[in-house]
Amino acid sequence: MLYRENGQFKTSYAADQQIFPIAQDRLAIGLLLLVAFVVMPMAGSEYLFRAVLIPFLILALAALGLNILVGYCGQISLGTGAFMAVGAYAAYNFMVRIDGMPLIGAMLLGGLTATVVGVLFGVPSLRIKGLYLAVATLAAQFFTDWAFLRISWFTNNSTSGSVSVAGLNVFGLPIESPVAKYLFCLTVVCVFALAAKNLTRTATGRQWMAIRDMDVAAAVIGIRPVYAKLTAFAVSSFIVGVAGVLWAFVHLGAWEPAAFSIDRSFQLLFMVIIGGLGSIMGAFFGAAFIVVLPIILDQVPHLLGIPLSTATTSHLVHMIFGALIVFFLIAEPHGLAKLWSIGKQKLRLWPFPH
Amino acid sequence: MGFFLETLFGGLMAGMLYSLIALGFVLIYKASGVFNFAQGAMVLFAALAMARFAEWIPKWLGFDNLILANLLAFGVAMALMVVLAWVIERLCLSKLVNQEGITLLMATLGISYFLDGLGQTLFGNDIYSINVGMPKEPAMILEGTFQGGLLISKEDLVAALIAAGLVLALALFFQKTTTGRALRAVADDHQAAQSIGIPLNRIWVIVWSVAGFAALVAGIIWGSKLGVQFSLSLVALKALPVVILGGLTSVPGAILGGLIIGVGEKLSEIYLGSFFGGGIEIWFAYVLALGFLLVRPQGLFGEKIIDRV
Amino acid sequence: MKRKAFALVAALAAFGAGTLSAPVAAQQEGDQFFPLLVYRTGAYAPNGTPWANGKQDYVKYINATGGINGVKIGWEECETGYATDKGVECYERLKSKKPSMIDPQATGITFALTDKAPVDKVPLVTLGYGLAASQDGGVFKWNFPLMGSYWTAADALIQHLGKKEGGLDKLKGKKIALVYHDSPFGKEPIPLLQKRAQMHGFELVLLPVTAPGVEQKATWLQVRQQRPDYTLLWGWGVMNSTALKEAVATGYPREKLLGVWWSGAEPDVKDVGANAKGYSALALNPHGTDSVLIKDILKKVHDAGNGAGPREEVGSVLYMRGLLISMLSVEAVRTAQAKFGKGKVMTGEQVRWGLENLNVDEKRIGELGLAGLIRPIKTSCNDHMGSTSVRIHSWDGTTWKMQPDWYEADKSVIDPLVKEAADKYATDKQIKRRDASDCAA
Repeated sequence: MLYRENGQFKTSYAADQQIFPIAQDRLAIGLLLLVAFVVMPMAGSEYLFRAVLIPFLILALAALGLNILVGYCGQISLGTGAFMAVGAYAAYNFMVRIDGMPLIGAMLLGGLTATVVGVLFGVPSLRIKGLYLAVATLAAQFFTDWAFLRISWFTNNSTSGSVSVAGLNVFGLPIESPVAKYLFCLTVVCVFALAAKNLTRTATGRQWMAIRDMDVAAAVIGIRPVYAKLTAFAVSSFIVGVAGVLWAFVHLGAWEPAAFSIDRSFQLLFMVIIGGLGSIMGAFFGAAFIVVLPIILDQVPHLLGIPLSTATTSHLVHMIFGALIVFFLIAEPHGLAKLWSIGKQKLRLWPFPH
Repeated sequence: MGFFLETLFGGLMAGMLYSLIALGFVLIYKASGVFNFAQGAMVLFAALAMARFAEWIPKWLGFDNLILANLLAFGVAMALMVVLAWVIERLCLSKLVNQEGITLLMATLGISYFLDGLGQTLFGNDIYSINVGMPKEPAMILEGTFQGGLLISKEDLVAALIAAGLVLALALFFQKTTTGRALRAVADDHQAAQSIGIPLNRIWVIVWSVAGFAALVAGIIWGSKLGVQFSLSLVALKALPVVILGGLTSVPGAILGGLIIGVGEKLSEIYLGSFFGGGIEIWFAYVLALGFLLVRPQGLFGEKIIDRV
Repeated sequence: MKRKAFALVAALAAFGAGTLSAPVAAQQEGDQFFPLLVYRTGAYAPNGTPWANGKQDYVKYINATGGINGVKIGWEECETGYATDKGVECYERLKSKKPSMIDPQATGITFALTDKAPVDKVPLVTLGYGLAASQDGGVFKWNFPLMGSYWTAADALIQHLGKKEGGLDKLKGKKIALVYHDSPFGKEPIPLLQKRAQMHGFELVLLPVTAPGVEQKATWLQVRQQRPDYTLLWGWGVMNSTALKEAVATGYPREKLLGVWWSGAEPDVKDVGANAKGYSALALNPHGTDSVLIKDILKKVHDAGNGAGPREEVGSVLYMRGLLISMLSVEAVRTAQAKFGKGKVMTGEQVRWGLENLNVDEKRIGELGLAGLIRPIKTSCNDHMGSTSVRIHSWDGTTWKMQPDWYEADKSVIDPLVKEAADKYATDKQIKRRDASDCAA
């Protein structure tokens, strides 16, 4: 009844091509942003920011990057953690080795370094495909894990191999309080989400999708697989690298390579698949599901006053989490984003479905 | 020279153990097109069941005989793996027929989370031991030829022999029995197999049970070597380069791949490691596999990937 | 199916919104809150569980005996799984309950929390682990690596080797290998060992083991090739038992193998059994069930059906370590109460003062029921460690046997290293060394 596009006529190409062609959607997004930028900073608790929202935003950004590679270009990667690590350590090095390097500059340079490494590890994708590629990307994962532990130059010769940053600020504004950190992450995520959404609508984005759907056919119609695959690796690694910088600098503050272990790579791939392949929105749904669900499940027995031991709770969380993943894959293999769009379809006809 | 040979043997035997786990991946991929990431969790689950039942059964039944306890525990653990295979097929795989490879892969990751939780809830999360009488002390051979002799770990040798026996048995099972032939038919073409009356669902249960059996044997060998505890599920990561190097669909590939990776990583760690500061074997295995794949993208013995438009 | 999925998503979303926005239940009024970060699951669970049980049992014991001058201890466990991000989440969750102090139970989590703790005014108690440099209270105001760090551990091990050889100068020309967990935890002792190697002229061979350490064949083949006179084991969790098994498999004599105190507990050797006979490790804390304290805990906690774990585990090495952590924290609260008011709930800042002015002397140790089992611990503004005393214990095939000699870290070796590292940290973080007036406060 409320959600209906009847009567919304498009009179220009620009109107036809906008990201949210329906007025109600624009309104909803506007409200969401308003809540995120204005209401949340005033209402949220410190715990909500530091333990839930900041990790959610950063991992959503990483999932967004991975989605470009997996969801849009069809190249499965299990090395996402590695590219996050490259971003984080590169930014750290730019920060400590160049005096007066601003945070944003270090972040973007970190992302660019991740791009270079990503393209390098993307080269085999020209020859290796599918699951073989997925496992081969683990080479990147284990190599970077090792490199950041072993090559002390990367950690500025820290004896323990753990590095940390302090005194972050953007244009003179300190990024110390949870709210500031949250707003900083939110801004970065919004910018990148918008950029990614638009990028997927360009010629390059369409080439990625053609490669994903069938690379031989795409090559036949004149799409260069080299260009398409490597740009996907580049863009994806850049975003993932930036997410790595945020994770290390803003969320953790001090870190070691274990923060970007193979578990992180699997976690991100989960987000992309559960959220929905080839959907920007999906990355957010997936991140919400994977980040928030275990936290909630963890607190359920506590809230209900059921005296379960810590170990049992944790095992149950594992089991329920695993079962829910399988359930959602069966219920909707195309992810939560697909469920969302089905919901919207139904809403259009509601309350009078034919 | 003596040390080189020792390293070589060590690598070969480690490789055999990797093959054992890789075998589970290959069996399932061959018959159902699922890249089963839960293999590691299955190894842990099976080993936990084996270790705990070997401890519990004598207590319940009130006898004290290690061999009998191990045999009974093996039986119970195997039954458990069959039930598991059936449940996985029923609740999960049969509903995911015709889905993309990556969705299936993620489903098996979901299964592995579930199994990790379930195994530890049922059997506890301490460190347990499996005692099947593996020899622990090393043996020295050829002491006349080389100074100080060649050190061979008897435990690894026995394990490698068991692994080799298992592989042979599975190869025979695939080649000579009716069920094996049905499995191969399903592997070739799901639809064609179904149309000539091979029950797909039952075949899948069988395959997952066989993979469960491979997991159980791997669990016992690795468990007796390392102790049964959560980390056992991580040895699957060592088997992944083996699987892609050998080819996802090839049993001999899993064996040869295992040997190449085993030898490659040990030699690299010892002879190249010092130039890089050590600890390189884990990524070296993957880089080695990657190198092979660049030459043969389908692995050493994998079926040739033919692209059709 | 789709409908179910919709319903489930909606329910989860609603429930999630409810859970996360609801104010975290306030702690019971008048309780001194002890957050207990633990890991009872995952790769390190066999070691983490007795540790966690020890921490919990002592808190229950104090509550059963009337609290700290009448103040009961409120506590809550949070499972970290040894993962840094989960640990940070736990910390944030429990922070709102005004924690007295926090024991992260993992080196990685300690690194991540070291920056957050001063802001939130929560002292970090890292007994026997964490940042070695944080011994320097002048820079690390909120860190308390009580009783020892990786540097004092490495120092004690070298002293022990020197004693075995009949003098530190006899180490000249010897070869000592370090088999270590390839992580900040394993790498911390290296600078100290290098310094000692320079001083005494022994050769140090570094052999990293990739975490978690289930595959060590190559490492031990190298040990066999290099034939070091002694091998130091610096592992945690499965790495320890695997190392011992590989040492057996390559025939490396267990008598020449020495572990840090994180490699010398029951889970590390239990599974190797008689084959590990002769292996020694540092013993940061006593174990066994003979002490007055343990008997009392068995009576007042376990007999009352309140034990956190199985009864047999009480008195094991890691259980006792957990117990000591809670005990010293309680002592810190006591010390703080003596200054800021008996029978009152102490804030994090006040507990920090207590930790900094801890003075557990022989008399107090006797009152605590551990007479003769631990050495006095006295902290100060500059020394946040309090004691570096440590013994060695050896595995005889079934139990750990304590050796009588105590070792103290050599201040002339450790202090310059600590100072240098702490100063570097201070420069990196742009913090100033505390001056005398801050210490007095």
